[in-house]
Amino acid sequence: MANYTQEVIADLVDGKLPWKMLKEMMSNYKDPDRFDKYVAVLQRKQTWQEKILLPLGPHLFIVRKTDGSIVTKSTSGYEFGDYRQNWKLQARIYVRDSNEAYREIYPALMHADPKWMELREYYDPLDGTLLEIEAVPPGYPIVHSFQPDLEAFYQHWLKRPLH
Amino acid sequence: MGNLKEVDALLSKPIGENGKSVSQMLADSNRLMEETGHYCGVTELTLKTNDPIHYEKLWSRLRGALVGARETALNISASPIVREIGELCFALYTAEGDSITLSTGIMAHVHTMSEAIKHMVRVNYEDDPGIRPGDIFVNNDPQLGDVHNADVMELIPIFWEGELIGWAGGVSHEIDVGAPQPAAVPVGTMSRFEDGWILSCQKVGANDKLFADYERRCYTAVRLPFYWVLDEKCRISGCQIIRDAVRSLVAEEGIDTYKRFTREVIEDTRQAFVNRVREFMIPGVYQYPSFMDVPHSIDKGRMPDHAAIDSMMHCPLEIRVGVDASFELDLEGANKGGHHAFNCTPSGLQGGLWVSITQMLIPNEKVNDGAYLATKFNTPLGTWSNPDNIYASNTFSWMFLIPCFTGVFLAVSQAVSARGYVEEVVAGYPFAGNVAQGGGPNHYGQEGSWCNFDMSSCGTSAGYVRDGEASAAAMWNPEGDMGDVEAWELLEPPLYLGRRLRPSSAGMGKHRGGAGFESIRMIYNTPHQVMLHAANGHVFHGNGLFGGYPASTPYRHSVKNTDMKQRIAEGLPYPVCDRDSENSEIEANIQGEHIKDKYCIHLPDLHKEHDLYVSHISGGHGLGDVLERDAAMVVQDLNDDLLLERFANSAYGVIAQCDADGEWRLDEQATKLRRAEIRQERLARSQPVAEWLKQQQPRVKKGEYFSPVRDMYQSSMSLSKPWADKYRRFWGLPDDWML
Repeated sequence: MANYTQEVIADLVDGKLPWKMLKEMMSNYKDPDRFDKYVAVLQRKQTWQEKILLPLGPHLFIVRKTDGSIVTKSTSGYEFGDYRQNWKLQARIYVRDSNEAYREIYPALMHADPKWMELREYYDPLDGTLLEIEAVPPGYPIVHSFQPDLEAFYQHWLKRPLH
Repeated sequence: MGNLKEVDALLSKPIGENGKSVSQMLADSNRLMEETGHYCGVTELTLKTNDPIHYEKLWSRLRGALVGARETALNISASPIVREIGELCFALYTAEGDSITLSTGIMAHVHTMSEAIKHMVRVNYEDDPGIRPGDIFVNNDPQLGDVHNADVMELIPIFWEGELIGWAGGVSHEIDVGAPQPAAVPVGTMSRFEDGWILSCQKVGANDKLFADYERRCYTAVRLPFYWVLDEKCRISGCQIIRDAVRSLVAEEGIDTYKRFTREVIEDTRQAFVNRVREFMIPGVYQYPSFMDVPHSIDKGRMPDHAAIDSMMHCPLEIRVGVDASFELDLEGANKGGHHAFNCTPSGLQGGLWVSITQMLIPNEKVNDGAYLATKFNTPLGTWSNPDNIYASNTFSWMFLIPCFTGVFLAVSQAVSARGYVEEVVAGYPFAGNVAQGGGPNHYGQEGSWCNFDMSSCGTSAGYVRDGEASAAAMWNPEGDMGDVEAWELLEPPLYLGRRLRPSSAGMGKHRGGAGFESIRMIYNTPHQVMLHAANGHVFHGNGLFGGYPASTPYRHSVKNTDMKQRIAEGLPYPVCDRDSENSEIEANIQGEHIKDKYCIHLPDLHKEHDLYVSHISGGHGLGDVLERDAAMVVQDLNDDLLLERFANSAYGVIAQCDADGEWRLDEQATKLRRAEIRQERLARSQPVAEWLKQQQPRVKKGEYFSPVRDMYQSSMSLSKPWADKYRRFWGLPDDWML
């Protein structure tokens, strides 16, 4: 069973591992204590103190606040509300729904037709980081991509209480 | 093959285990799974526990036999699709049809062949037409067990002392299926009756020989039949190699050990899959919808009015991972199928699921039906995923199937990034297109047909810590190989004028997708040739991840009545790439009638000698915010001609200057300022989501959408009350609201 130091995991997250080691990591059995080392690495990078319970991506985390509530929070410190709600509803949005808007990003003809599909960009309200993109037809409900069962994950898979 | 004594014995008693019929064995196996939760009731892996080395040796011998069978047999085929690309796969099954192990190759067929065998077992082939040593069965019917009819499978029973102990199966992708249009996967078919030759689990041989009438029929059923017949012999040979290997293993180990091993190894894999889900995933719900355009309005006048319409596929994929590590896929809310070639069957979708989970959840050699037993998949009746019309066309079901499973890659990537295994993250995959096909009189003077597999080498999508790879793989076969130009030109009249990585084909992001490429083809040495495209012209087929942009969409660029003949005669320059749709090298260098649009699905289009055809092969999707990409890597992309210069600034916020030697150099300070400016621009041009939703309300209530989008919503809502309720709830619409 593989076992990596926290420093190796930090290098992994920062994209500093050489390809050979990355490849070995991909081919090897997984290290069961990765989650805790990974969360510790991410926690160290944040400017805020709330405990990370589950990373949702490079900039989004489910965290426990000092009052015990659990919210989605970004690296900028912006809070998107209760973690069970779709964080996108509290973000800022910009929609590419015209050929002109598409052509900032794509050559002509090499993007979706805006009548068929729009590109929704969700930004962090504090620092403008592009957090997620949705490619959907106009009128499509905002997608709640990931709804983790946090209680079950902690209690039954990690075998420790969430609270 | 058995001897005459064996055959006589078979005629008088059931061929299954302990005097049972095979259909009884299948019923017993299902019952034991239901009662115990374990395959065939195998609750203890005694063989594995008591002698793990022996267990692994047995596995390796079988697996090695299958891989060896594939490597040997593919040399019998003459088709570049099989020889060059390796669109060939062999698998070994139990008597009831559960897969035990498989070779390398197109993983999609681990379970499709299982479905075909189980069909034969269920409808009692044992009695009629009989299952005997040396029999050969062929299937390419997606209703019984296949993705589409271009994938033809050979199924050969394996007997031991009069008992059916398993099946060897082999499948390969054919060059032509005998449809009205020359193609392996015709576009524009409207029903099964136009899909071409469909063999529904048909017995086509005995005593290890094809029936003469069947072989003769092959020569009249499809174009270029020698490819079909040689592929058939390739598959039969591979199956025979496997059969011999199994019989030799049984002779050494004993039949009881063999049977115990096969059952344990399926249960072992089922348990391994459950453990892998627990190791990689997070319990919860994952939603990743995808879409595909079907713009057949371009064919008005050539197709009936009801088929010559624009429509849009809706794949509302939801994946539910239970606390017990159950893994359920659900297409509730999918819209109806249509009068087109892209409808799927539940069996075909299993093919898509297999290529997804073998790449994301069980990326090792121990793959078999154990994983199938650990998953559930809801494909609602009446939708494109499970049409209630058995005559629906599915000859090109991959067109819908490919976007459908990008959600599996994204969901697993979301989960592993939460668990910390970020080295496994990949931002989905691009559509495996353009699929260039055509036919007509070929350069040998025969009635020809071809299906090019450039698209087996799309760019891969970005990972969490690295860019995707250029021209590397297709969703349906991770061992991507685009094949040699010279090999394709042996089969296809269009010559390659160029094959080159395409700048800005990949999705941008902190890590970008791998580049796609373009092939420029010229019709040559034939008076005419019909040509087809198949790609996602009007829609992104998936998303990037964590803010990465989806890959560019392909477009159609063909040139008719060109001046190429004159250019060749006079030794004038000709284009070897298109490079930039806005500054097209083809437009700049070729006179003729340029067809340049987004209709990448259309009926066969007639071309003459010296006409040009551009085929865009997709790049991969991006991952992460573009502003976080290392500016030096953006400059490197410029120098490698993987990025069109205008997007360095407009998307990445990177300022670079090109020096006299044509080398791009980074302006770090200006880049820093430009990136800060873009962040401010983002905040200025965006709005709170709540505000945007309010603005959208009037349009939503009126349903003011382009007709295919509106039709898609209407269809999904009428077929699925849960999805209609979800839609209404989200937009705050009354319970009885309908579009």
